[in-house]
Amino acid sequence: MNEATLLWQFLFSGLAAGAIYALVALGFCIVENSLRIVNFAQGDFLTLGGFLMSTFLLAWGLPWPLAALLAVIGVGICGWLLERLALRAAKDRGPLTLIFITIGASIFIRGVIKLVWGKNPRIFPPMVTGEPLRLGGASLAPETLFILVASLVCVVALQLFYRFSRPGKALRAIAYNFRSAYLVGLPVGFLTSFSFFLAGAIGAVAGLLIVPITGVSFDTGVILGLKGYASAVLGGYGSFPGAILGGLLLGLLEALVAGFISSGFRDVFTFLLLFLVLAVKPSGILGSSEEERA
Amino acid sequence: MFARLQKDRRRLLGLALLIYILPFILHNPYYLTVLNLSALNILTVCGLTLLIGYAGQISLGHAGFWALGAYGSALLSLHTGWSPWITTLLALLGTIGLAALMGVTILRLRGNYLVMATLAFNLAVYFFLVEAEDLTGGPPGLPGIPPYKLGPLVLASDLAAYFLIWTVLLLILFLTFNLVHSSEGRALKALAASETAAACLGINPHWYKVLAFVLSAAYASLAGSFYAHYLSFISPKTFDIFFSVELVAMSLFGGRGSIWGAVLGAGTLTPLPHLLSFFDEYRDLIYGALLMGVLIFFPQGLMGLLERVLRSKSSGLKS
Repeated sequence: MNEATLLWQFLFSGLAAGAIYALVALGFCIVENSLRIVNFAQGDFLTLGGFLMSTFLLAWGLPWPLAALLAVIGVGICGWLLERLALRAAKDRGPLTLIFITIGASIFIRGVIKLVWGKNPRIFPPMVTGEPLRLGGASLAPETLFILVASLVCVVALQLFYRFSRPGKALRAIAYNFRSAYLVGLPVGFLTSFSFFLAGAIGAVAGLLIVPITGVSFDTGVILGLKGYASAVLGGYGSFPGAILGGLLLGLLEALVAGFISSGFRDVFTFLLLFLVLAVKPSGILGSSEEERA
Repeated sequence: MFARLQKDRRRLLGLALLIYILPFILHNPYYLTVLNLSALNILTVCGLTLLIGYAGQISLGHAGFWALGAYGSALLSLHTGWSPWITTLLALLGTIGLAALMGVTILRLRGNYLVMATLAFNLAVYFFLVEAEDLTGGPPGLPGIPPYKLGPLVLASDLAAYFLIWTVLLLILFLTFNLVHSSEGRALKALAASETAAACLGINPHWYKVLAFVLSAAYASLAGSFYAHYLSFISPKTFDIFFSVELVAMSLFGGRGSIWGAVLGAGTLTPLPHLLSFFDEYRDLIYGALLMGVLIFFPQGLMGLLERVLRSKSSGLKS
């Protein structure tokens, strides 16, 4: 293969990874726009989605659209419970306490997964199969294409929901000003819970998409969660377009560094770059220009 | 203010007495190992308390500074044959320099951005340790690190390390209490309460934040060096971000904003996984639930709980 073909190949794999990071990053942004904290259990939503899907698909033998729907709703409910049972009780305690409650929840979820599904990794077959497409000399596997299309559908659906539906508009009102939203009579408690449902659901979607390629074990979500968090920060924390841009950029960058420089040092490069971006432009690429964001 | 310093010094004396009597009662070397690890964690969490509780900044990257102290001192002493005391000092100075540089650039960030920057630092250090196998030994780790020597005395046994590490810790606790009760300490405390108000009173927030950051990094580096020369073996796994998270969890668990909270938090959470190893299956479940439970129901941590109990008892006696 010549350099150009290789480049195309890296771009495809980078875009696919980037789409996953973008979905995880969107989960972080949804929570940022309601409760204004970092939800460190976001990566574990992804793991949980993968495991639920493997059970529904392989042990129960459900058809995949139904299994996927159940897995997404199931993880969404877990997100809802996290807000309703743990975070709501401590909502006056300041962001650091809330963030560490989500870290506790993350450890707890991993404990549950280890107990229910064991420590061995699992995998399930891809939802679409077929001949790989040839594009510019590089081959594009149908499951990679599926990741790109499904992520795009999710992003568009989320945008439409936030732009045009009543609960979506209410969530935007909360993001704009929590207190005013409360004063005009919006059910802020319900909406906050609902945002966690959304974050869980979108995390589960990311899990469903990546598991057929990489498999899933109890700690899969940790590093993917961090990459998603990094994407969100890179793009400007809390901004939806920023999350998508940050995710794709991070995915592409990693693929290029791994392909042309060194696969081992990929993660060193990634996080050093992130560190430098933060040192130079603290608010991320699409973040508001004020330096000191709360 | 001076009365409070006196009170802390009396408590410290009590702790010192307990520490120096304990090895004559405990004969199991395993307990001594756990106590030594506790001391190193207490040292680090003390520094984090200065950063989190006093200066009001968050860091999820202090395992990275541990790694710098541990690998820096270990590699220097292995390659040059210098005494571990000197290499510990050199690693400490190097970490202070790096932390100062980092602090000046990233402490302008707030909230999420600061968390991410410190996490990114920790991850970069971790993946470097894993990948640079020729230098660091990679994932299998780095064996054969020389122990500290005091004249002809080799401080390699658990008991010798116990006296060394705890003496250093008690000394640093003494100095830390001096600091937090000085005007610098009160300036830091003001920063955590309200940065704007502190700035209005003529306290330079950026300078004090960097000071707290550098101090906390120095504590972590010191703990890392002692860890390396005590266990004579280190591997990257010890210095991943989970350790950074655990350190901050200890600070919150004990009660942020209180040095005694750091002692209590690290002193109870370090032995906990060793105790829970009896039922390994449920370890994460219990640890996670405990962390959530304490944060939800006891926002001031163990120290807050203890003070509430003591106060209600003394008021009960009066009435």
